[in-house]
Amino acid sequence: MSDYLVEIKDERLSFFTPAGEVKALNGVSFHLNEGEILGIVGESGSGKSVTSYSLMGLTAYPGKLVGGDLYFNGHHINEMSEKDFQKMRGNEVSLIFQDPMTSLNPVYTIGNQIIEVITLHTDKTKAEAYERAKELLTLVGINEPEKRLKQYPHELSGGMRQRVMIAIALACEPKLLIADEPTTALDVTIQAQILELMMELKEKLGMAIIMITHDLGIVAATCEKIAVMYAGHIVEYGTTDDIFYRPKHEYTKGLIRSIPRMDAEDHERLIPIEGTPVDMLNPPKGCPFASRCDSCMKICLRQMPPVTHFDDVHYTQCWLNQKAEFEAQNKK
Amino acid sequence: MKYIVQRIVMAIITIFVVATLTFFVMNLVPGGPFMSEKAISPQAQAALEAKYGLDKPLFQQYLTYMKGAIHLDFGDSLKQRGRTVMSIISTKFPVSARIGLMAVVVAVCIGVPLGCIAALKRGQLLDKIIIVIATCGIAIPGFVVCTILLYLLSVKAGLLPSYGLTSWKHYIMPVISVAFYPTAYITRLMRSSMLDVLGQDYMRTARAKGLSQMVSLFKHALRNAILPVVTYVGPMMAYTITGSFIVEKIFTIPGLGSEFIGSAMNRDYTVIMGTTIFLAAIMVFVNVLVDIVYTLVDPRIKLK
Amino acid sequence: MENKNPLSFQLDLTPEDFLPATNDEKESLVIMRESVSFWKDGFRRLKKNKIAMVSLVVIILVMFFSFIVPFFYPYTYEQQIKGANNLKPMQYSEQELQQKDAGENIFPHFLGTDNQGRDYAIRVMIGSRISLIVGLVAAVIILFIGSFMGSVAAFFGGVVDMVIMRIVDIIYTVPDVLLIILLSSAIKAPLTDLATKPGFGWLQKLGPNMISIFIVFALLYWVGMARMVRSQILTLKQSEYVTAARALGASSGRIIKKHLLTNCIGTLIVTTTLQIPSSIFTESFLSFLGLGVQVPMPSLGSLAGSAINGFMSNPHLLFIPALLISLIILSFNLLGDGLRDAFDPKLKN
Repeated sequence: MSDYLVEIKDERLSFFTPAGEVKALNGVSFHLNEGEILGIVGESGSGKSVTSYSLMGLTAYPGKLVGGDLYFNGHHINEMSEKDFQKMRGNEVSLIFQDPMTSLNPVYTIGNQIIEVITLHTDKTKAEAYERAKELLTLVGINEPEKRLKQYPHELSGGMRQRVMIAIALACEPKLLIADEPTTALDVTIQAQILELMMELKEKLGMAIIMITHDLGIVAATCEKIAVMYAGHIVEYGTTDDIFYRPKHEYTKGLIRSIPRMDAEDHERLIPIEGTPVDMLNPPKGCPFASRCDSCMKICLRQMPPVTHFDDVHYTQCWLNQKAEFEAQNKK
Repeated sequence: MKYIVQRIVMAIITIFVVATLTFFVMNLVPGGPFMSEKAISPQAQAALEAKYGLDKPLFQQYLTYMKGAIHLDFGDSLKQRGRTVMSIISTKFPVSARIGLMAVVVAVCIGVPLGCIAALKRGQLLDKIIIVIATCGIAIPGFVVCTILLYLLSVKAGLLPSYGLTSWKHYIMPVISVAFYPTAYITRLMRSSMLDVLGQDYMRTARAKGLSQMVSLFKHALRNAILPVVTYVGPMMAYTITGSFIVEKIFTIPGLGSEFIGSAMNRDYTVIMGTTIFLAAIMVFVNVLVDIVYTLVDPRIKLK
Repeated sequence: MENKNPLSFQLDLTPEDFLPATNDEKESLVIMRESVSFWKDGFRRLKKNKIAMVSLVVIILVMFFSFIVPFFYPYTYEQQIKGANNLKPMQYSEQELQQKDAGENIFPHFLGTDNQGRDYAIRVMIGSRISLIVGLVAAVIILFIGSFMGSVAAFFGGVVDMVIMRIVDIIYTVPDVLLIILLSSAIKAPLTDLATKPGFGWLQKLGPNMISIFIVFALLYWVGMARMVRSQILTLKQSEYVTAARALGASSGRIIKKHLLTNCIGTLIVTTTLQIPSSIFTESFLSFLGLGVQVPMPSLGSLAGSAINGFMSNPHLLFIPALLISLIILSFNLLGDGLRDAFDPKLKN
């Protein structure tokens, strides 16, 4: 088993579509302790959501785990059956999604949907579950809970709906909360409120959070550790300071460079990362970022770079970081 | 409550308009109920027309008719001597309605589950088989179904009687014939609706909560997916309980469908009017019913 | 800083490997998937759909059978051959057998003959031709009237929309069969008159029943299409690019034509393709009742209708047109389904 709350070792996952095998994850590894917040950053298609979903057994058809080991809270994920997953979901680990507008079933009341998850995983009676639901709504900052419990999703605003989703996610006090782009569909001001709420709750309940997003601003504000993903690999991993102040991978550097700066000169142009994302049906042999990298070397096109560790936490997969090593080696 | 009253008023207006339109179209078309009768002398014809008030100016006929209609007196049949329209409708309608209701039940009970299964097993063999069968079902015209059934089950195999309606055996072929198209249609409709629903985010939420597939399906998916089927079943039910002409003709069943067509061909004006109004009333009533059921199923739809 | 050194496990690393890669080398790795246009992509998906392709082939075969083969056929549909009544398929009449013995070449009756001695095969061929034409013409009429009414209702909204929708509701409630029966008797007299005038002879051939069917289609059956077009346009109307076009100063007409209709075209094609079998269905139903084409011109429905009385002794007279109708309707439906799957962007995964 594992010492960590979450441990993922060299996970490989592919989607077997009619067009071919889409290699979504190509050797992803990380771990998470209780109460930690990890941010997973990347563009669409980088595999950032796939990893977390596979932890819950929610990999969409036609996806399949093809390699690696996953551990969560004492479970060996690879060996779990659907029934085991059902006991775990909503209970030990919860998920909140991007679009609160569509994540709640429009034909049932809020109360119904919250009570559902409580009675599913605990022994509470309907009445007890009702009380708990009221507690939860207050916890997430929704006032007049009795009134809200009787309402339907379409009667609430986007921000309130996301709070309800959080309430549902926290109902059974999970050890881990996976937040998949939780604020992308919300207004900026509401975004800030929701993030604040999540941090508060994390303190109160001591749960770990995996924050999946493409927004560097969010990870900067909330996360302790960050994993930068590209084309199904973690290309850099480190503490928030490591990533923002000491980025070692060209992709990470590119991401940080492309953030518009408040103190930029008037005519300074935005700096995007050139090129187009990788075709996951035919991923290249070497580093997936090679064709877009300004410092690309010949070896980068041929072979996947090994991992370079900078300290206990901070590592990257990049040939540039191996260059000095290599030269030192060769001088011997 | 205010909404229901409003709907009923709209319904009555619609029936009224339909009745008026039918009346005038019917009368303005050349030909009359007594013209094709053989060997009728002009005096006899005139006498008959006077008896039934057909010699009066059209508008007056209209008013007389409408007055009666409001009191649910639709007059006597012009062709079937001695029978009132009301009595004709009340003997023939239950026959058609029985078959029609059975057919609706069959269609829903087979169509909904089949559609769900096809959606769940999307892309797999079972789905493909169901789609093809359902498409055949909507493609084969009713009279083909009737005649094939008749040929195979009655003529060749001698298993079922070929006409009349005296025993439960007599109901089998007519009900299958009437239910054939709706079952196929509901299957396809349910399938596509269910596919839509299964792809929705709230289904993912349901799974993420730890709900089993069965529960997610029955509790979360079905209620959302059933809405288009409800919309379809309303008018479908109105048509089926008022009788299918072809089925009634082929299986020799004394129902309202064949009565209607027969009277249209014969120019039995009063029966035409009576049945048309009756049909319109049923259609409208069923529509209101469907709307009410709709609001029960989907809380987003408010009674305005 | 402890560097784990995996380099000792690597093979063949040379200093050249660490030289910068040239642009050419980088480009060779980038295989861009060609972006395809909406139509190309759709057709590609359609071709992959085996069922739809088979249906298309069947339809083409049936069209060949109904439109081309009759030109080469020795019999016509009205031709009555004396003494050759109710022949079974491939059977010859007494007279024909005698003629054969005398050395004449008698073209076989592949599907037998009907009760008036007419070769059934050619009647079925012409019958399916008529049914197909009716289906196509009706679908086109419905397409134009329906999309016109639907777009007007949706685009102008307000009172216009309400009026049109109330008309739609009423039309739904009126029993169509009744109207057809009444209408066909109504126009029978004036049409027969018209048919005697020069240039209108073809009216007589089609028959007033046929014309009244077309008129009724035009009057009644456009409502389904109108409703659908209206709801499509209502959704699109709200969408952002219409606002954008308006902001750029486009006029109403231009907006309808360029933006709204082009987006509907996919759905229009699918609905029209599916309307064809529906019209054929209705026509066969009416012909079965005797309200369709004028004798002796056959349509598949009328052939089936007249065959029903003698169907115990000559089942093939009924089953052949019945099966052919079902086949045609089925193929169009499957093709329409295939078109919808291929061109509906929402279904793309």
